[in-house]
Amino acid sequence: MTEVWTFCEESGGGPSTLGLELLAKARRLGQVTVLYTGSGSPRAWETLGEHGATRIFHFDHGDRLAAGPVAAALANLAAEHSPQLLLFGQAYTDRDVAGRLAARMGVPVLSNAVDVTLGSDGQARTRHEISGGSEIAEAAFVSTGPHLVIVRPKSFPAEPVGGNPPPVVAVELPDVGGAGAVVTERHTRERRGPDLEEATVIVSGGRGLGAAEHYSLVEGVAAPLGAATGATRAIVDAGWVPYAKQVGQTGKTVKPDVYMACGISGAMQHLVGMKDAKTIIAINKDPDAPIFTIADLGIVGDVHQVMPKLIAELADS
Amino acid sequence: MQIVVCVKQIPDPANPSRFDPDTFRLSRSEDQILDDTDRYGVEMGLRLAEATGGTVTLISMGPTGRAQGIRQALAMGADRAVIVDDETLEGADALTTARILAAAAGHTGFDLVICGTESTDGYSGVVPQMLAELLGVAALTYATGVEVADGQVTIHRQTSAGYDVVVADLPALVSVTAGVVEPRYPTFRGIMGAKKKPTETFSAADLNVPISVGQQVVSISPAPERKAGVIAEDEGEGHLLILEKLQEVKVI
Repeated sequence: MTEVWTFCEESGGGPSTLGLELLAKARRLGQVTVLYTGSGSPRAWETLGEHGATRIFHFDHGDRLAAGPVAAALANLAAEHSPQLLLFGQAYTDRDVAGRLAARMGVPVLSNAVDVTLGSDGQARTRHEISGGSEIAEAAFVSTGPHLVIVRPKSFPAEPVGGNPPPVVAVELPDVGGAGAVVTERHTRERRGPDLEEATVIVSGGRGLGAAEHYSLVEGVAAPLGAATGATRAIVDAGWVPYAKQVGQTGKTVKPDVYMACGISGAMQHLVGMKDAKTIIAINKDPDAPIFTIADLGIVGDVHQVMPKLIAELADS
Repeated sequence: MQIVVCVKQIPDPANPSRFDPDTFRLSRSEDQILDDTDRYGVEMGLRLAEATGGTVTLISMGPTGRAQGIRQALAMGADRAVIVDDETLEGADALTTARILAAAAGHTGFDLVICGTESTDGYSGVVPQMLAELLGVAALTYATGVEVADGQVTIHRQTSAGYDVVVADLPALVSVTAGVVEPRYPTFRGIMGAKKKPTETFSAADLNVPISVGQQVVSISPAPERKAGVIAEDEGEGHLLILEKLQEVKVI
């Protein structure tokens, strides 16, 4: 049976949602070993078992930055076990480990995949949304395995299928010398309102707001709706809001029921992160803004006119 | 301190990308611009060089074209540039790119390599990590702040929960997020001076880098179109249409 390995970073004491999404895909392609980084716990192993893992390689990196030592240990394991396919998520540590592992093994990586299939010859094929999601590219490996693929979040729903906790192999991490780094402090930012990636309603702002202080319009509409607040890369780069709010190619991928884009023109890099929202509402002055090509409701108008009235109406209702 | 900053010239993202119908590769005109993301790396490199009395060397792979992008980074204040321009590199994947950059960094020497987190045209997002592995150094990634002191580099590393403080010995590689510093605009003197700065150009063969192809795009097709929506001009009542829509989808 085909060996598929999936990466899973610990998050909030258990497997990350992204890790479980990869597991849901991988179990349809073959027998799945989860590559778990973090301190681990019986509860985590139970969850992974319920989601279809048949083995766990556990990398407990402690205060070391994961990528260097985990990639070194993984390269040895991959040489020993010859998995056909390794799935990573489009996320910070996943990307770090995948990149280092690929360079170490001299194998290619395909990034930003939204689907993966295995041919009868065992060769992996991937689907990618390009040009802001208006085109689909299919790519194939022309090398022999292992094939490394980095998958965008929310490409597959995570779902338990029932299963017992699988065997856990504690993997010893080598000393990587100068390729290693140490984490000396961890800071958690306090978040107001719901989590962007879990929210069912998101209100987002872009350059069209005009100035940092006008982001309060976005917060004003979001609060009565119980919505999370998001932003484009442009206003994050400009320092108006923190990076954690960025939606798009280099930020978060979201699939809410409703996405309200305020003063957002719809650059490709933004569209790819939110175009799968069930309902898209857009407010923008420019009738030719690309956001209107994917909006279910588009208001051609000034956010400074429309949003204050919307906030007032929401307060009344 | 010797600082190397990786930069890339890309087709202007404001113009829709075009793909060659036979090779599915992005068509690259002579008129490429500096990837906006790279301005942050150049600025960070310049600040660290100014603070430590060091130099900034740009390394770049890709068709030079009219080199506006490279010249913009030199005009900001970088000291020199090393370019790897070779038509056999057309369509090079992330690993080949990293191998080329590693060879170029090996040629120039470095204490610190700075990259953006991903390019705005390819978005593979793994070149910095690959480059660090090939150079045998730590990759301190997604930096929202960088400091160098006593032979060590310390960064604030963006995480999904907040940020971590990460430390490594030099030499090392740092990838910086956009917004890490406010990039300076080239001065008139900088622009005039950029033309006289030393630039070396190599081929892949000069650097002894073998080119391997491990992956290929096999098709590009239009995505299924989204059902066209209602677009309305705001004549003072646009907010009511939004309220109606929110009621229709049962958000309120």
